[in-house]
Amino acid sequence: MEIKFILNGKEVSTITEPSLRLLDLLREKFDLTGTKEGCGVGECGACTVLMNGKAVNSCLVLAAQVNDSEILTIEGIAKGDELHPLQKNFLLNGAVQCGFCSPGMVLSSYALLEENPNPTEEEIKDAIAGNLCRCTGYKQIIDAVKQTAKELKMEVKA
Amino acid sequence: MSKDFSIVGKSVIREDGFEKITGRAKFADDYKFDGMLFSVMLRIPATHAKINSIDFSEIQNNPSVASIITSQDIPGAKKIGMIKNDQPVFCDEKVVTPGDVLAMIVGEDETELRNLVAKIKVDYTLLPTLTDPTKALEDNALLIHPELGSNLICYHPLRKGDVEKGFAESDKILERVYTTQTIEHAYIEPEAVIAIPLEDGAVKVIGSIQNPFTARRIVASVLNLPNEKVQVVQAQLGGSFGGKDDTMCMLSARAAVAAIKLNRPVKIRYARDESILESYKRHPYILKYKVGFSKIGKINAMKIDLLADGGAYCSMSPFVTWRSVVQATGPYEIENVQTDVRAVYTNNPYTGAMRGFGSPQPIFAQESLMDEIALHVGVTPDEIRRRNGLKLGSVTATGQTLKEHDVNLIPVLDKAVSFTNFAQKWKANKKEQVAAKEYVFDKPIFRDEQFIAPDSLIRKGIGLAVSFRGCSLGAEGLDQSSCYISVQPDGKIVMLSGLAENGQGLRMTLLMAAAEELGVTTDKIIYLETDTSKIEDSGPTVASRGTIMGAAAAKNAAELLRAQLEKVVRDEYKLDETDFISFRENLVFSRKKGMIAKFDDVVKAAYENKVELSAIGRYKSPDVSWDEHTGQGDAYFTYVYGCQVAEVSVNTGTGEVYLNKITAVHDPGTVINRLGALGQVYGGVTQGAGYGILEEVTTNDGMIRELNFDQYLIPTAKDIDEIKPLFLEGNEKYGAWGAKSLGEPTLELGAAAIANAVCNALGKRFYNLPLNLEEVLLGRKLRPQDIKRGSL
Repeated sequence: MEIKFILNGKEVSTITEPSLRLLDLLREKFDLTGTKEGCGVGECGACTVLMNGKAVNSCLVLAAQVNDSEILTIEGIAKGDELHPLQKNFLLNGAVQCGFCSPGMVLSSYALLEENPNPTEEEIKDAIAGNLCRCTGYKQIIDAVKQTAKELKMEVKA
Repeated sequence: MSKDFSIVGKSVIREDGFEKITGRAKFADDYKFDGMLFSVMLRIPATHAKINSIDFSEIQNNPSVASIITSQDIPGAKKIGMIKNDQPVFCDEKVVTPGDVLAMIVGEDETELRNLVAKIKVDYTLLPTLTDPTKALEDNALLIHPELGSNLICYHPLRKGDVEKGFAESDKILERVYTTQTIEHAYIEPEAVIAIPLEDGAVKVIGSIQNPFTARRIVASVLNLPNEKVQVVQAQLGGSFGGKDDTMCMLSARAAVAAIKLNRPVKIRYARDESILESYKRHPYILKYKVGFSKIGKINAMKIDLLADGGAYCSMSPFVTWRSVVQATGPYEIENVQTDVRAVYTNNPYTGAMRGFGSPQPIFAQESLMDEIALHVGVTPDEIRRRNGLKLGSVTATGQTLKEHDVNLIPVLDKAVSFTNFAQKWKANKKEQVAAKEYVFDKPIFRDEQFIAPDSLIRKGIGLAVSFRGCSLGAEGLDQSSCYISVQPDGKIVMLSGLAENGQGLRMTLLMAAAEELGVTTDKIIYLETDTSKIEDSGPTVASRGTIMGAAAAKNAAELLRAQLEKVVRDEYKLDETDFISFRENLVFSRKKGMIAKFDDVVKAAYENKVELSAIGRYKSPDVSWDEHTGQGDAYFTYVYGCQVAEVSVNTGTGEVYLNKITAVHDPGTVINRLGALGQVYGGVTQGAGYGILEEVTTNDGMIRELNFDQYLIPTAKDIDEIKPLFLEGNEKYGAWGAKSLGEPTLELGAAAIANAVCNALGKRFYNLPLNLEEVLLGRKLRPQDIKRGSL
């Protein structure tokens, strides 16, 4: 079938099997390999992307469902080489080690801050509870999200 | 350390961070090549079986199958291994564990291949299985590898003093048995590798490979090629923790065989279930301890018997269990020690290297035991450790006198105890235990909140554990590393290390060491990808040796370069011999003239004067010694010490252990990258917590039950409330400015500290890991012992 959707702000269309996973659609058809596969069953969150503003596991979304939706992947977060504050703070706080979970982590955190610009620590933990990380122990990731929320709030005030 | 560092000790963002956080970093599965084929593995649902025949007739003419690869296609070694070559690349005669691969099919459409592999007919005869390691050495035990004549993989004895005399002189003797479970590395990136045929029959391998030099050796042996015809390049590694060694060597070899046969690039990538099924695990241990001590708690004798289940293949078992024999008593000075450590073959999934490497198991046992001794003597857990702990000049169980390094055991203990107010909390919790016992063990709990307020079900506990850990490989093997640095005409510096990044941030650590020595900012140095064809083998990135060995080599290389540059500066700027030159932040200073040049200007002058600006730095570990019959010797050239304190809340209604706070005190020598060091602590503590309360790979007749993250549970962001890292930096003479090891010590203490904390909460001691709900609530495993039940 032919599907049309907005991918990282640009309208795109492609012909695909309706049952292709969004994860494969992104990685194979659009060469967006920042979205990772860690488990294939929606448990690890490495394949997290935003679909209409909500964080979803792209391994559990089929191509047909993507029609007419808006998809944001890690490649659409930075503006060219200018990092989004979340990305910058992930680096500053040491929230990246092997980096395999990082794209998913950033997108789950991004979805949280869009919905709740002033999250508590518990709310941050809830938002990333579906993203597994084996390297960092999460602490520096949580710090990065906190710091970003603070900075974005100051920006709004200014 | 009195040295005034400009870079070392600071928090620096890792050099690969930008690529990783933007999704541009290339992991193995992100590589694509023209004409690339995929491979899918053929396995059978059997733990132990003789293969009678494999019938490929239904698929061999299928256009989706480019080739069927079997052991017939292997030009060289058909069996490989880290230490013993006992693992067939393709098991076409016998399967000895369920992860075994019989053959593989190669083609363009991976999904179609997965459908087709099910159509291959394998005729096999099931054989009896051996899955209980305690039966592996019985006279009539079936042999996993009959050609070896025994199921014994290795045996490490240790004899110091006379334990029987020691027991006779003791006031009290305790005998305890502990067990630890099998666990999975659970790197978030599953295995992936691509083999690309080159000219002249050579092959290039790109993959999620922990140790490129080991992979090269194995691929070369399987292909029967000289080393120089095999080029191994490490892709960004999505976590390893010791787990992407054997398995990745195996996958590299299989992909390379297919690539050479078909003359096309071949990729193998595993889904999570396949990864857990085939990859090796952490050894489960059965640990028997007998300890004799005096009235005041001084340990006179310790007799230890450790049995490790090595599973179907040898892998790293001899080295893993060797670390156990060295460290089995824990960091205590004991006059009489008798230790026997064995690893055995079974039909279970094979076990090998994993972060900690033979230390978390004995630490759980020996630190549980120390707390029991404290109770018998009537002192607090910290006090019993002070009375027995290793100090400068102490003699370890292996007969090594601890000298020439900071023996920081008591300092890390004291720091942790005072920071957490340990003794006071421990005593207070202990008083509360009586009430807890009533709830947990005598009668069922009614969960109606009207009758029992949930808060009243929660008991608080605090527990600690200490360890000493030998740095790097010790008497396991040759221990050296190399680093190449050259300065380009524009002042940019290129670095190449023989040690591979594993995702932990080693590259940045090495860059910082060189940058400090050369007085440049880290952004001036470019770290080239690890490539076996471009630098000499520096041994594997294992044993927490990346920093102690790698940074030392990087510093040495930088020192050589700096000497060259100083000569240029002296000539070019006409400085006299008594003037002192320093390099800092891309500038060059003279004591007499102040700032005299930019780093780049000096480089330019060096090029104009044809001065060589490249150097290879080397670092070789000091000598160690080992007598394998007595287990005596200077096992490691230096040690690190750690103490972790766990504060927990135990729900006596459900058995849930919640981790409120873990305080981790470690002495890594000199911290190079503070951000990276903190990351090692947070990550290691979290893995240790998973080992303590959550994780377990269980098997039924060798078959793994937990094949994905829906069943194999690792800690999430919600499982630990707070982690507090504290560093005790000292003056170490080895490594770069005394930078030692940190990665593994952070993991090895958690389970033991948590178990002691749960005991402090409930007044009941646990001897089996993990402390999951049923262990804490019921004291036994709740799981079907046999899947062949009922209508099945």
